[in-house]
Amino acid sequence: MNAYEWVEITLFFVVLLALIKPFGTYMARVFQGERTFLSPVVVPCEKLIYRLCGVNRDEEMGWKRYAWDMILFNLVLFVALFAMLLFQHLLPLNPQKFPAFTWPLALNTAISFVTNTNWQAYSGETTASYFTQMVGVAVHNFVSAATGMAIVIALVRGFVRRTTSLLGNFWVDMTRATLYILLPLSLVAAPVLVSQGVIQNVSAYKTVSLLQPASYDKPKLDTRGNPLMDAKGNPVTESDTVSEVTVPMGPVASQEAIKELGTNGGGFFNANSAHPYENPTPLSHFLEILLILLIPGSITYTFGLMVGNTRQGWALLGVMLLVLVGSFAVLQGAEVSGNLLVTRLGVHGANLEGKEVRFGLAGTSLFEVATTGTSCGAVSAMHDSLTPIGGMIPMSLILLGEIIFGGVGSGLYTMLAFAVIAVFVAGLMIGRTPEYLGKKIEVREMWMSILTILTAGIVVLVMSGIAMITPSAVASMANPGAHGLSEVLYAFASMANNNGSAFAGLSANTNFYNLLGSLAMILGRYVPAVAVLAMAGSLAEKKYVPPSLGTLPTDKAPFALWLTLVILIVGALTFFPALSLGPIVEHLAMLGGN
Amino acid sequence: MKDIKPAILIFIAFTGICGGIYPAVVTGVASVLFPKQAGGSFITDKSGRVVGSRLIGQPFSGPKYFWPRPSATTDFGYNPMGSGGSNSGPTSPDYLKAVADRVKALKDSGVSNGAPADLVQASASGLDPHITPESARVQIPRVARARGMTEEALLKLVASYTEDRQFGILGAPRVNVLALNLALDKLAP
Repeated sequence: MNAYEWVEITLFFVVLLALIKPFGTYMARVFQGERTFLSPVVVPCEKLIYRLCGVNRDEEMGWKRYAWDMILFNLVLFVALFAMLLFQHLLPLNPQKFPAFTWPLALNTAISFVTNTNWQAYSGETTASYFTQMVGVAVHNFVSAATGMAIVIALVRGFVRRTTSLLGNFWVDMTRATLYILLPLSLVAAPVLVSQGVIQNVSAYKTVSLLQPASYDKPKLDTRGNPLMDAKGNPVTESDTVSEVTVPMGPVASQEAIKELGTNGGGFFNANSAHPYENPTPLSHFLEILLILLIPGSITYTFGLMVGNTRQGWALLGVMLLVLVGSFAVLQGAEVSGNLLVTRLGVHGANLEGKEVRFGLAGTSLFEVATTGTSCGAVSAMHDSLTPIGGMIPMSLILLGEIIFGGVGSGLYTMLAFAVIAVFVAGLMIGRTPEYLGKKIEVREMWMSILTILTAGIVVLVMSGIAMITPSAVASMANPGAHGLSEVLYAFASMANNNGSAFAGLSANTNFYNLLGSLAMILGRYVPAVAVLAMAGSLAEKKYVPPSLGTLPTDKAPFALWLTLVILIVGALTFFPALSLGPIVEHLAMLGGN
Repeated sequence: MKDIKPAILIFIAFTGICGGIYPAVVTGVASVLFPKQAGGSFITDKSGRVVGSRLIGQPFSGPKYFWPRPSATTDFGYNPMGSGGSNSGPTSPDYLKAVADRVKALKDSGVSNGAPADLVQASASGLDPHITPESARVQIPRVARARGMTEEALLKLVASYTEDRQFGILGAPRVNVLALNLALDKLAP
């Protein structure tokens, strides 16, 4: 890294850390129903929504009803989006006259956005109408993030409350998360992004003449539209000249803001945050990374405030920062060293395949670790073209379970499940009673924590295994050998952990990946979510155990280090064999020169 | 199906707020405060004709223009309707052959001492409007010969079209290829 990059990265973390306390405090006030500076504007809207929708905001729910309402709401979201995609051709705001989604693609896409995954087996600019983007997927960007926040707040209440079965009201928590947090921030962020060049309009696509017409080889098609092949099986081409191109338009900025803020990550365009209309300048890049990490980082402080000891929150944030910065260092190091096989051809400089010039190398590396440490999955570089070790970093961050900052809400609740396990294991090793935040950790909490942290891992390994023995799934790989395995492993890791980024060479719009992937996203989202709520219910019913000499202090550095180790050990034990067959073998092959 | 009513009604309410009012407000604010950017940062010539967007790269070849980065968009390079990278893995034989071919083409055009990475490796969007200042400089002798200009004049032009890091810190220095080539056409048609 050069001196400028050191300053840039340092500046980023200074800004992020400076925002955590004020923003975390604000979120705590929102979820505890206290007055905030937005109350004069938002309270009337909030009351109106509750009245119109028949929600009694003083009515509290036990964990079962909270979980049921969450699932019911997500079911409604799914049905609505699925229908919207299937009938896209009949809906308004479709200046390019895009046809309907095919049903497997619509199913996959609807589940993907409802589960906060935003895996995209389609290219936005050639498939999705403005209505689909704006009224369809963008709405889910808000509510899927709000759902995650509601769940984690219920879990925190489980720790805080004593001998009760009540965890709060799902509708109220979800509505507050949207109206007080996601919407105002998006309203501020979107115009700033526009100022940098992110587009925001509903015009038809524009035709632009090229300054210098370009000739290219066009594949010849037969009468049925299939590519013609010569005797050797190579495609037959003819020369063609292109003198004008079509430039896609759209309401991009409004979607871009919530896409990062809600750790959704579904791009308006196929190139996602690498597209100059989604991310035009280094400043927009900086802001987008900040938006990705802002809520998952600040909510650790919200947690600390709510449990009455902010150091509990800082300890978790410390774990996240440690792993994030370490991952950044490895990724940046690998990309600066470049691709040996390319360097040997007489190319000098770092690995720039699949990267944009304007962001700079360090900025790009920071975006990629932020987007995979959280469950965002937006990309400003193509992960498929990172060096083998570089590409292993985003994959590993996803495989750890989306806890390094993690998804909005889902990151903290998964991290808390890890903390419960760390407390329990430490308790076994040093003979202390397993307690966390004044609540005894017993069989039920352990079961629910294990379900939370292992579901995605099991799904990834089983489904990648199935893909490896399915010829049609193997045929989707774009790159041969070890890298092909990495593509498939990354795809299921991304879907099961609700990330949404990809080693995008994989042709994922096939029935196999659309359908099996849908299942991965559902299991990866709802099994942990319900398990967490069940744990919250059981914790809330327990009595408070005041800390004694036998209590392991969980708000100090030794525990943070221990928790980091537990996370890394669980990750390594689960995935090391798979990673050694993918990126690690490829790295060795690169060093060996073949 | 207890609570199905709020589930449906809240969904409708949020669709109205987040899918209707919110994008409409942002579109309105954007069109008042930043109409040019919101519309796509298009560049027009003297007669008002759109000649391209500052943000969307265009393909250039031949000796007379500065070349952009390789592009892996669908159908043809720099196709704005098919944004995306090559997604080539670092050890893919096809990819390595493509890079070797580009390095050779660059050498044949007179670039000695190796190729700058950005000129032989495709961008992430396939529409990257920029190249590094180094990549612009190595092309100066070729363009100077083809246009009958002095290298000093071109060095000056490239320098004036080099954007620094934003606020002196963020991102990387870069040259907008379309803007540079437009200026070139104006200077020595």
